[in-house]
Amino acid sequence: MSTLLKYTLRIADNSLILGQRMAEWCSKGPTLEEDIAMSNIALDLFGQANGFLEYASKIDGQKTADDLAFKRDASNFYNFCLVEVENGHFGNTMIRSLLFDTFYLLFYKELSKSQDENLSALAFKSLKEIKYHFRHSQNWIIRLGDGTKESNKKVQESLNNLWKYTDEFFEIDNVDQIMIDQKIGVNTSLLKKEWTEIIESTINEAKLIKPSTIKMITGGRDGKHSNKLSSLLKEMQYLPRKYPNAKW
Amino acid sequence: MSEKLFQEKIDSEKKIEPKDWMPEKYRQHLIRQISQHAHSEIIGMQPEGQWINRAPSLRAKMILLAKVQDEAGHGLYLYSACETLGISRKELINQLHEERAKYSSIFNYPTLNWADMGAIGWLVDGAAIVNQVSLQRTSYGPYSRGMIKICKEESFHQRQGYEIMAEMANGTKEQKAMAQDALNRFWWPSIMMFGPHDADSPRTGNAMKWKIKRQTNDELRQSFIDKTVPQAQVIGLTIPDPDLKWNEQRGHYDFGEIDWKEFWNVVNGNGPCNKERLDHHKRAHNEGRWVREAAKVYAEKNKLN
Ligand SMILES: [Fe+2]
Ligand SMILES: [Fe+2]
Ligand SMILES: [Fe+2]
Repeated sequence: MSTLLKYTLRIADNSLILGQRMAEWCSKGPTLEEDIAMSNIALDLFGQANGFLEYASKIDGQKTADDLAFKRDASNFYNFCLVEVENGHFGNTMIRSLLFDTFYLLFYKELSKSQDENLSALAFKSLKEIKYHFRHSQNWIIRLGDGTKESNKKVQESLNNLWKYTDEFFEIDNVDQIMIDQKIGVNTSLLKKEWTEIIESTINEAKLIKPSTIKMITGGRDGKHSNKLSSLLKEMQYLPRKYPNAKW
Repeated sequence: MSEKLFQEKIDSEKKIEPKDWMPEKYRQHLIRQISQHAHSEIIGMQPEGQWINRAPSLRAKMILLAKVQDEAGHGLYLYSACETLGISRKELINQLHEERAKYSSIFNYPTLNWADMGAIGWLVDGAAIVNQVSLQRTSYGPYSRGMIKICKEESFHQRQGYEIMAEMANGTKEQKAMAQDALNRFWWPSIMMFGPHDADSPRTGNAMKWKIKRQTNDELRQSFIDKTVPQAQVIGLTIPDPDLKWNEQRGHYDFGEIDWKEFWNVVNGNGPCNKERLDHHKRAHNEGRWVREAAKVYAEKNKLN
């Protein structure tokens, strides 16, 4: 697999898997308005996934975007471990979103300056959407953190639980290094400072406590996933796998 | 204003607005009808929502999710229209949970294969459009305007559903079988959506007089059938009614007798999914309580500051 293909798939897979998770909220939101907001976010994420997968398909030269989405095994998915984590309660979903959105806001901002025109155009388009997602999750975390005792406790627990997935955002491996050297990719290790500042100020305002550093979980970007991803994919890929010759 | 003046206003095709005087029975009729419509949009999210994560292509996934989201928007819009009659959304949801309010029985049927997404869009949204186009001329202003807005989206849904059906009817043997199976299961429940025969529909009298309803159940049902039969023929699917036949004299399709026992059975709570649908709605509502409470407390705290 080419380095550019893997780099592109990593981006696409984050949107696709998180989109799938957000779509699970459909008809289950705490209010009707919130149901609609979460569907909106899921739709944005699927749109982003589609864009990056179309580009990946062009790089690949054979597989279509749908092939890439529906006919790859878990070990060939390169999303962050964080985005495959199950929704849990609404506050848990919003913590997951806040951690991810904050990072992706910074990431897309940098990627929109990529020398690769396709990636920069896709990032530029996605940036507008992720700004809204970020505001949405940040607002909720402030309200839930500074809401009732119960809501504070719930989101604090989620924050503690999900913190271990955040180091993966800033890892630089061979693929990243090559892309950085070609001025295509983003040096995410440089985003950690700003990410931490935004997260710290948000959790301060939300009257939450920053979790202490714990053992981090990574590996998603190399296809090492929990069995949660296999279950997610089993459902998502069920029809195209069962009827390989069908067009839908 | 008296009932006589009210009726004169209705007869001269003027819209009734929230602040206008209206007979209590008119108001009650509207609350029942609009809330039932709103609940239907919301409960109707479930049978299709269950397939978003199993949609077979990225495009199909986005279309379906956007569709279900539209239905949520319709529900929201209709709850607001209902609130103009002096009842809160909270109370409307209570009525739903306590089974004092109903929603369309069509959503008490399960969705068993992907072609059901086609059948629902084509038939269920199709039937809804026939009803709602007629309701665009309803006498209550907010309801009428709601219908005008909603109808545009419903016709998208109908076309997208028909597209899924057409694709599958012309697809592999298995896909065609799924499409026919979906049509077999959804046909009769769809034509039951228009409700009992006019002769057995006690409230139609007032509703027609007040121009809440503009066409009777049987008229609407006939127009849906006339519109839909040729669409089935075009894609080579068979409507599961041996008595279905074009009647040259009437200029309409004749069709077989509806199984009203089945209809009342589902209306009265014994359909395949009644409990599941309501339980799902209650569960989501209960699980979201702490979130709504937190948002409320936060808003109050920040008002004081
Ligand atoms: Fe609708
Ligand atoms: Fe409707
Ligand atoms: Fe619809």
